[in-house]
Amino acid sequence: MGQARIAIVGAGPAGVRAAQALVERGVRPVVVDEGRRDGGQIYRRQPDGFTRPYAKLYGTEADKAQALHRSFDQLRDRIEWRAETLAWHLEPHALHVVRNGEAEVLPFDALIVCSGATDRLMPVPGWDLAGCYSLGAAQISLKSQACAIGRRVVFMGTGPLLYLVASQYVAAGAQVEAVLDTSASVLRLRALPRLAARPGALLNGLKLVASLRRAGVHVMTGVTPVEIGGSPRRGVTGVRVRDGRGREHAFECDAVALGYHLRSEAQLADIARCEFRFDAASRQWLPRIDQDGRSSVKGMYLAGDGVRLSGADGAEAAGRLAALTCLADLGIERSDRAEVVQLRAALDKMERFRQGLLQAFPWPHRAAAALPDSTVVCRCEVVTAGELRTAVSELGACEINRAKALCRVGMGRCQGRYCGHAAAEIVAHAAGIPLEQVGRIRGQGPVKPLSVSALAVGGAE
Amino acid sequence: MDSKNPPERRFVRLGETERRAIQVWIDGRPAHALEGDTLLVALLSSRGHLRHSEFSDGVRSGFCLMGACQDCWVRDEQGQRLRSCSTPARDGMRILTSAQEVEWARLA
Amino acid sequence: MNSRHFAADVVIIGGGIVGAAGAFFLRQRGLSVVLLERGLVGQQASGVNFGNVRRQGRYLPQLPLAHRSRELWGRLPELIGHDAEFTVTGHVRVVYDADGMAAIEKYAADARPWGLDLQILGNAEVHKRFPFLGPDVVGGSLSPNDGHANPRLAAPAFGRAARKAGATVLENCEVLDLQKGALDFHVAVKDGTRVTAPVALLCAGAWAGKFSTCFGEPVPLVQRGPTMGVTEPVPYGILPVVGVKSSNPADDMYFRQVKRGNIVFGGSVRNDAYLDERRAQPRPGNTLLQLPHLRRIAPALANLHVLRTWSGVESYFPDDLPVLGPSHSVSGLYYAFGFCGHGFQTGPGVGDVMAELIARGTTSIDLTPYSVRRFGETIGAPQASLATV
Repeated sequence: MGQARIAIVGAGPAGVRAAQALVERGVRPVVVDEGRRDGGQIYRRQPDGFTRPYAKLYGTEADKAQALHRSFDQLRDRIEWRAETLAWHLEPHALHVVRNGEAEVLPFDALIVCSGATDRLMPVPGWDLAGCYSLGAAQISLKSQACAIGRRVVFMGTGPLLYLVASQYVAAGAQVEAVLDTSASVLRLRALPRLAARPGALLNGLKLVASLRRAGVHVMTGVTPVEIGGSPRRGVTGVRVRDGRGREHAFECDAVALGYHLRSEAQLADIARCEFRFDAASRQWLPRIDQDGRSSVKGMYLAGDGVRLSGADGAEAAGRLAALTCLADLGIERSDRAEVVQLRAALDKMERFRQGLLQAFPWPHRAAAALPDSTVVCRCEVVTAGELRTAVSELGACEINRAKALCRVGMGRCQGRYCGHAAAEIVAHAAGIPLEQVGRIRGQGPVKPLSVSALAVGGAE
Repeated sequence: MDSKNPPERRFVRLGETERRAIQVWIDGRPAHALEGDTLLVALLSSRGHLRHSEFSDGVRSGFCLMGACQDCWVRDEQGQRLRSCSTPARDGMRILTSAQEVEWARLA
Repeated sequence: MNSRHFAADVVIIGGGIVGAAGAFFLRQRGLSVVLLERGLVGQQASGVNFGNVRRQGRYLPQLPLAHRSRELWGRLPELIGHDAEFTVTGHVRVVYDADGMAAIEKYAADARPWGLDLQILGNAEVHKRFPFLGPDVVGGSLSPNDGHANPRLAAPAFGRAARKAGATVLENCEVLDLQKGALDFHVAVKDGTRVTAPVALLCAGAWAGKFSTCFGEPVPLVQRGPTMGVTEPVPYGILPVVGVKSSNPADDMYFRQVKRGNIVFGGSVRNDAYLDERRAQPRPGNTLLQLPHLRRIAPALANLHVLRTWSGVESYFPDDLPVLGPSHSVSGLYYAFGFCGHGFQTGPGVGDVMAELIARGTTSIDLTPYSVRRFGETIGAPQASLATV
């Protein structure tokens, strides 16, 4: 019997650990990543010629980052590594990839998708001004390019990443004006029992807040974003929020880092017709997986932030478990029962912590309903909240794909990544129906824009 | 802060400035950058924006920096489109940030 | 399960552009209408097609119908309060060789007596007028008063107008059973709704064949999926809808730039389509096959990126013509389906013609070429019911 062909999409924590598990057992998987290097987002590797040591780049996670990078470096000759290669579509047993304008089909017997996540955004008036970035962008500019996104930065949103990136900016010598968290601090107390599932992570989080305050950064919780101010030509000039008592606060800045946790990149799972389920705790649709990473489609496994937002440690465990499961399903090697039990237990702990994070830093869904009509929701197509509401009230759109067809929300280049969640919340509120009934923007190929110059090579149909 | 004119630059270098200097051209004028910069960083170290918004007034300066939002596409003088956050800046690149004229359709 | 029961003059099965327009025009003629759509109005072929509103290139005897429809397209705002983004940009069919040139010249000559005036452009002129065309193009035929519209908006707009005019438009209503009694049609819907009407208009597209078979009129309808795509927006500069006339079907690409700047394209290859699939994607390999053909027509497109691809379920007959007109086995039953991938332009016209036929018993449009009888004499019982469709 010839070797089973296993393909892995994504060389972040999940993908690397999946590849490692396969290589350990004599399999040579093909590993595809859109980026130039391995590492994914949280452990993004700096380019050649950059000299900062791991401790400076990754702080408390330096050891983990280094371990992951080392593992990949050791794996590299034992996998088929396809960097700068986008998986833009798939069919049963065929992964469609493109690199540098050359389109190829990679056949597979099994596919492990570790596509990661992006920031999750809630619009606020002015978030389409130049100088407003996602939280992840603020981190990438620092980690990967040693730049701050502006001279005076305000961090706004919610989630542990808010505090992490802000403190990384402070440590790097950037000017941080404020950290504005929409979640009330009392929620963290309530979430403590779940957050205690990972005491190390919890402790790190607390230390971050303390260090920010010591640095003189204005930290506020329980805020309601009012506006990102500025001008179309100049970009951002300031931020206004209301505190828990309804008083308004204004901060001058030339950059805003905005983010509310993460959203899973699940387009490939959607194209493959994996079943999705509505995750009420996070108010988003996620592909259904069993405890070992099997999707509802035979031969397709999902691991990491692309299916469950459990962070980097969770992704590493999930990637390994999915690979072991895949090998067992293919009949290549039975899993070590003890190891599977251990990985499942680790993932259970991550899940508990994830629920705690959701409780402590909830997605502020009510903000969508309160957005002024003039607020841009779809950045790409510049579709406003008012236009979306009109699509519901006058054109009868009660489902998100219908709203997209009628008012263009989600039709832009980002394919709904940054507007989809808020748009669904607005439709639900305007139509007076539960969010689950509004559905999700359907994943369609290409997963990311495909050049019209793309040329099929190597026997692609 | 000058509130009338666009900013001279958006991004602030916090370190790693010992890299080899390169030159990129923005709207026909030379700009200083460093080897290892992404095209986005090279542009935003000398400008406040990357492009003009298609469907609204104003300029855009990228958003996610990870190749997901697709807000940072720029074009070079040959009409080729480049996603600036995921494209390395190379010495001699010639980028245009103003809205492309209808002439694009005649580039054969 | 609800127990709604509607009685009307006409029950329409299928809420695409034909059904929705039919409902609207029946209301204009004073008849009561119930329209049953198992999804949302305009989601199937009517919503996924290319959006061409063209008369050029049609089967010549279809031109009177197409003219009638074109006149309605031009009056959409006054008729239904919405223009569905219909724009008169002209439609140009380009050719790559002398054979192609001969074919479009012949068509232009043949179409003139049918009231379609086309301009034949030679090599120099077609490139002068449309500088975006690639060097392989040697000529073209221009229909100046054709154009394009937004298929995602058109049928829903007709549906809303029909409703506003008093039609009962029921979405998410899947027909389980359609029977003809002594006088009336009796329709049973999955959610328990029932409809009774002396006249039934069947415009269920690719799914219509199952109904017609039950009424003793089987038809050779096959379904196929178009390969559609759309690019990112670029400054508006390509006005006409562009198509290709070639003996090689792979060459047959078409594209149109919308005012916002995106370029919608289709053609060349088709996909399999499945009746139980409500949303379809084209095969990625088929999209890749299209791209060189697209670049050949307009090389500047090479710099753009495809943002989205989609397909759907279109239905075809072997002679490339729809079934339109009365059933020959069941009185009161009318058909309007199977538009072979070119039913968007004629949609409003067909709705109007069927409304006229139903209301007056006659229509000015000759429907003989579209008769269901062309597929053979009717077989089986003239009255039948469907257990499941």
